[in-house]
Amino acid sequence: MSDNQKVIEIEVLRYHPEKDKEPHKQVFEVPFTDDMSVLQGVQYIKDYLDGSLSFRWSCRMAICGSCGMMINGEPSLSCQTFLRDYYPARVRVEALSHFPIERDLVINMEGFMEKLESIQPYIIPKEPRTLQEGEYLQTPEQLNEYEQFSSCINCLLCYAACPQFGLNSSFIGPAATALLHRYNVDSRDGGKAERMELINSEEGVFNCTAVGYCSEVCPKHVDPANAVNQNKTISAADYFLRFLTPKGGAK
Amino acid sequence: MNATNATNAMKTTTRKRSNAPIFWALFGAGGMLSALFGPMLVFITGIAVPLGVVLPKDTMSYPHMLAFAQNLIGKGFIFAIIALFLWHAAHRIFHSLHDIGIHAGTGAKLLCYGLAMVGTVIAAYALLAIGF
Ligand code: FES
Repeated sequence: MSDNQKVIEIEVLRYHPEKDKEPHKQVFEVPFTDDMSVLQGVQYIKDYLDGSLSFRWSCRMAICGSCGMMINGEPSLSCQTFLRDYYPARVRVEALSHFPIERDLVINMEGFMEKLESIQPYIIPKEPRTLQEGEYLQTPEQLNEYEQFSSCINCLLCYAACPQFGLNSSFIGPAATALLHRYNVDSRDGGKAERMELINSEEGVFNCTAVGYCSEVCPKHVDPANAVNQNKTISAADYFLRFLTPKGGAK
Repeated sequence: MNATNATNAMKTTTRKRSNAPIFWALFGAGGMLSALFGPMLVFITGIAVPLGVVLPKDTMSYPHMLAFAQNLIGKGFIFAIIALFLWHAAHRIFHSLHDIGIHAGTGAKLLCYGLAMVGTVIAAYALLAIGF
């Protein structure tokens, strides 16, 4: 370590369920260079200071969505957040808010996986299609309808940002709604009626109070708040007009 | 995961349809109305008339206001403004309670929307009682 090596304090929320009653903080002094991300800082801790520290990561380039953490209280991808932006102050790293902590910075995301399954995140063809009929054709406008909503990497930052999900974890939440919308507005898809059941339900979009922080923290510039809002309108219209339309999605 | 499994999962969980659209629609309508008319009403009732600027001082005199409230369109306007503003406020207050540390339950819900309901009924009653 050279003399002008910069050292930053990283405060980590630790929790090992087998020995800790509750999460507690631990501070590490981490030498760093300006090109180091918070993820690299945490990796330094694991490699050189305390091998028992647990966290998720994979791609290191904001693609895989596994390294989400609360960094100074803000839901962030740790591979995309840089230590230099906090230095010389201490940087605080915690598991994503609103999720049960499995161990240290690792959250239990089972609840989200169930939600993801429940929205049927795949194209449900309107009618069976044979190979001979060839590929589906879409216009650029049809692609535009859903494209931004397909960029979600399931990093769950939006759930950590959502106060309503924090209050009621059965709320389907921002990312799942955005993905649901992505399929519903895809011209190839015919599964809207089934998915709207979820949107219309008590777990659905009306849990949202239009805070909009979800869209702010999204690292992929998906606008989940917009998907939720659009579906509030669609759902409300269906709620009031379902008795008039012979084949509305109402149950 | 395959499609059949997911479809089964969908089918086995019975979901209750939310009644929120009623409150959300009232909230939305009230929000729209308050954005359109709120500032103007504040200006007329709070600044222009009391200070006698822009509008004559007797704009809101009793006979004028009585005539306004007895007119069918005036009645509708007063009713919509009072009722929808109330429903808007009730919804907003209810959903903001947790921000100030109150974990709102059924009681808070009844109180918020109940007050809007009571206000709506009183407004309707008073407007009808005042005659045409
Ligand atoms: S490590 Fe993949 S998104 Fe950060």
